[in-house]
Amino acid sequence: MAELITTYDTDAIIAEKGYDDHFHEHHHGDKYQSGFIHHYIFSMDHKIIARQFLITGIFWAIIGAAMSIIFRLQLGFPEESLAWLKPLLGKWIVVDEAGIGTLAPEFYYALVTMHGTILVFFVLTAGLSGTFSNLLIPLQIGARDMASPFLNMLSYWFFFMAGVVMFYSLFLSTGPFSGGWTAYPPLSALPQASTGSGTGMTLWLVSLTLFVVSVLLGGINYITTVLNLRTQGMSLWRMPLTIWAFFVTAILGLLSFPVLASGFFMLIFDRSLGTSFFLSDIFINGQALDRVGGTPILYQHLFWFLGHPEVYIIILPAMGISSEVLSVHARKPIFGYKAMVLSILAIGFLSFIVWAHHMFMSGVNPFISNFFVIFTLIIAVPSAIKVFNWITTLWGGNIRLNSAMLFAIGFVSMFISGGLTGIFLGNSAIDIQLHDTYFVVAHFHIVMGIAAFFGMFAGIYHWYPKMFGRFMSETMGRIHFWGTLIGAYAIFWPMHYIGMAGVPRRYYSFDTFDAFSHFDDMNKFITIAAIVVFALQLLFVLNFFYSIWKGKVVKSRNPWGATTLEWSTPIDPGHGNWPGKIPSVHRWAYDYGKDGIEFVPQYIPMVEGEEAGDAGH
Amino acid sequence: MLGLVIFAIIALIAVIIVQLSKVSELAASIKGEEEARIQGNNRTAFWMVIFMIAFLVFCVVSALYYKDSMLGYGPHESASEHGLDLDSLFDVTLIFTGIVFILTQIVLFWFSYKYREQKGRKAVFFPHNAMLEYIWTGIPAVVMVYLVVQGLFVWNETMSDVEPGEDYIEIEATGYQFAWDIRYPGADGKLGTKNFRLINPANNPLGQDWSDRKNIDDFIPAEIVLPVNKKVRVAINSKDVLHNFYLPHFRVKMDAVPGLPTYFIFTPIKTTEEYREGLKDYPEWQLPADETEPDGPQRWEAFDYELACAELCGSGHYSMRKVVKIVSEAEYEEWLSKQTSYYMSNVRNTDIDPFKGELLGLEIANRKDALVSQFNEAMGADELGSIINLEHVFFDTGSANLREISKYELQNVADLMKNNASVQFELGGHTDSQGDDSANQVLSDNRANAVMNYLSNLGVSSARMKAKGYGETSPIESNDSAEGRQANRRTELKITSK
Ligand code: HEM
Ligand SMILES: [Cu+2]
Ligand SMILES: [Cu+2]
Repeated sequence: MAELITTYDTDAIIAEKGYDDHFHEHHHGDKYQSGFIHHYIFSMDHKIIARQFLITGIFWAIIGAAMSIIFRLQLGFPEESLAWLKPLLGKWIVVDEAGIGTLAPEFYYALVTMHGTILVFFVLTAGLSGTFSNLLIPLQIGARDMASPFLNMLSYWFFFMAGVVMFYSLFLSTGPFSGGWTAYPPLSALPQASTGSGTGMTLWLVSLTLFVVSVLLGGINYITTVLNLRTQGMSLWRMPLTIWAFFVTAILGLLSFPVLASGFFMLIFDRSLGTSFFLSDIFINGQALDRVGGTPILYQHLFWFLGHPEVYIIILPAMGISSEVLSVHARKPIFGYKAMVLSILAIGFLSFIVWAHHMFMSGVNPFISNFFVIFTLIIAVPSAIKVFNWITTLWGGNIRLNSAMLFAIGFVSMFISGGLTGIFLGNSAIDIQLHDTYFVVAHFHIVMGIAAFFGMFAGIYHWYPKMFGRFMSETMGRIHFWGTLIGAYAIFWPMHYIGMAGVPRRYYSFDTFDAFSHFDDMNKFITIAAIVVFALQLLFVLNFFYSIWKGKVVKSRNPWGATTLEWSTPIDPGHGNWPGKIPSVHRWAYDYGKDGIEFVPQYIPMVEGEEAGDAGH
Repeated sequence: MLGLVIFAIIALIAVIIVQLSKVSELAASIKGEEEARIQGNNRTAFWMVIFMIAFLVFCVVSALYYKDSMLGYGPHESASEHGLDLDSLFDVTLIFTGIVFILTQIVLFWFSYKYREQKGRKAVFFPHNAMLEYIWTGIPAVVMVYLVVQGLFVWNETMSDVEPGEDYIEIEATGYQFAWDIRYPGADGKLGTKNFRLINPANNPLGQDWSDRKNIDDFIPAEIVLPVNKKVRVAINSKDVLHNFYLPHFRVKMDAVPGLPTYFIFTPIKTTEEYREGLKDYPEWQLPADETEPDGPQRWEAFDYELACAELCGSGHYSMRKVVKIVSEAEYEEWLSKQTSYYMSNVRNTDIDPFKGELLGLEIANRKDALVSQFNEAMGADELGSIINLEHVFFDTGSANLREISKYELQNVADLMKNNASVQFELGGHTDSQGDDSANQVLSDNRANAVMNYLSNLGVSSARMKAKGYGETSPIESNDSAEGRQANRRTELKITSK
């Protein structure tokens, strides 16, 4: 077998073996990069748009998390005065004669609702998949940019507008929407049912409709780009798992968000045009409503037909990122690449036929639930495969335990903990008791909230050098990791117990019920842990912005010794990503430690007699 | 001011951390990047193992510590029959997932430690292994099949509706912002129909259709009371938005959906008293129920089953409480006998009563019982002269024409008299004070005679009866109010000889 080159000049190889698309002969390249506005604001460069998504996501994450701290204070310390928040929250803090301020129940529900909406949609959908799909799809498949940079730009600005509308709704005198992130009618359909269901709900719908447009514009772009713009040699089976994950995520979004939009439109009609898709037999505020014949359950079907794929839209990018980070820093190929791809596809497919597991107790025919139980528990199988494969990827590695890797490992830990509780909930009989209790809150925060954040953090620490040409501080990164890992378990683990005791979620106060009022200590503990974790996230934000200007400078173009194409671009890639030709691809993305060589990038040609790393499948 | 101090402290901490990171990175560059990295790696790997142990210990210890407040453990065994199956299904799932949880967390953190980067170590090239992958596809698949099969048995059993002819109690729960109304079917065992358009908070909170006779005996108590060991079917409704009928101790939960009636069927197996006895042995239940009253009842004594709402329904969602009492069959019957129907106490003979001016079967039967007991009482009394007001004898306004519905009362009187052939009695007519005195006297004479004639037609010998008009001379209520006048217009029966 011929000797494989282990020292090489990337530029020379690309110049020699790369694919010439004559990019720099058309001078459109830098046209829309010139000037501050076109470079940083209305940019069509996917790398800038990725950073826009990320920073907007961080902004929303801080707001969403701060809201959770406020409502946790109410839950953990109902006797303490919140009067000091009056300058910020105004009339929503009710101060009694003794000077004790409490959060108004209406606003408690508004905060819970906004927290959910913001984190699910703005942070973990746009902030996560918007950021990394944009950054990595062109870079890792060897494309100059997205298929349509213009639509890509629009996608960000629709997201931005959605944010503006939602932000505005926070300041309405009637408060923002307060009927839960799932917005079930009739509560969300009838302004007379709750103060937040008036203008607040109208703006919520407008905002999320804009958001759906953003997701669709982004998604269609990601799909087209992956299908059509892969460089020479980048067959589907050579794509890194990140790309597979973003690709399937985009497909899920494209198929499910329009269904949500249709639900939203019906809701808008019910609210303003006098239809009754979701209304029937209602007597409210002293009056019988004339509109009959609809059913609120229809909305739930439409919502969860998106809602369940949505949770995978959130977790798949995190899975892809973690797979990649685990492999790079363990210096090993991801274990069972094909099984990983197939399980992504299986999860993607199955996620469309399990939605009614959120509706076991909502009055649908109990017979139908049989199917949803079966499909739901089948989804545990590909999920389990992924977990075992991640763990085996670590086995026998030479693991660098840096911030990115720590978060990827933390991701796996969280995904295990939260995924296992899904098995309880997926069994409808057990769900009778657990539905809408804190057990569900624990389940989805661990498996989706925390795990997706961990995947996102892993990605940020890992690709920060690519985004900003500097490293984030390792010391701060590790403090961030340990504090968040311990703190997140401290917040959500006890919620399982509260849930098993039967305490329902979305309760402003637990005192009314004898059965729910004996967990004061646990609630205090959770609130304190939440405050600590929140403070640590501010440390992350500090690290993030501090490192943009002061971080350690990246000196080599492939600082992690990774195989994927993004590391073959210059340290600070310009528009079009590669200055000359595009690298062509000759091998899969995971040649780590093969034939005793630490890593072989994808653009290095195979030598004679060399066996492909993924051979045997 | 406080805000400023807190802000200053946070800023200070931030500065310290930033400086600390700078120092450690400086130290690293002095020591040499590689050296420092390996050192940091070792340290982190060590903490991985410490974390893993601490985490698992925390999980197990905390679970044991809180065991007695959780589903199915300690005193919190299910209080319903299907709940027992559900709890054991939970336990089986807990065993499987617990094993997987502990093993995978151990391996995950252990590998991170064991295979940490070290000088000279080379990673193993291990891209796949079909055998391993089959194994860990197969095992979860088998476990899942097992859990699904178990789960679906319990599910379909729990959710199946009652069979025709089965013996069960049906009650109805209606949620609204922010409370529950519970309706019992009353003696006929059937809930009357209702329609949301008929709802009127003042006199018809559930929108019962009063022209449906099944509604007549339905009652709406303040608490849910049910007999132990008897199947209950709860029909669940909502008036406005979604709610959820949630009985945590009974493992019962079902959405209340406007326009779409749902149900849940369960069988309570422990009375409230038995559940309290179960709690009694646990120290946390021996504390005073009300902290401000150390000598008051203890928590276990104050325990009650509760109904809650488990679907967000607006700002008062957290407060939709109702007490549930499970009692013995005998106590239940006693409780039932004390309930009065909503119709009888709020609607009967008001303007919205479609049966106004008519006697209901129930009233006829009740009146008969009352009459018999009044008669027996009068007969048992030492002295003669007890007066029985013949409440159900009615005349057309201003005339002595007996109305049709008087026949029940008079038939009963006739039957009593035939069975007590020795009794002699007087029938007294009374009027109110409206109108001319002498006219009233005539009217009361005529009415008393009309009753006597009617009775004699039923076969009571005229010799035993005497009719007498009292005019407006002996009112029993003030004649100033309509109700008083109504009470004064009456026919009385006085026993003159036994
Ligand atoms: C083993 C796989 C999983 C199973 C069997 C499962 C099952 C379930 C079930 C049955 C529910 C409904 C519980 C209820 O409301 O009573 C639920 C809720 C939820 N799950 Fe999972 N789940 C799994 C994994 C995941 C993953 C990977 C995510 C996200 C990435 C996720 C996110 C959620 C969310 C967000 C909710 C709650 C939504 C809400 O009601 O607000 N689950 N899960
Ligand atoms: Cu789901
Ligand atoms: Cu509610």
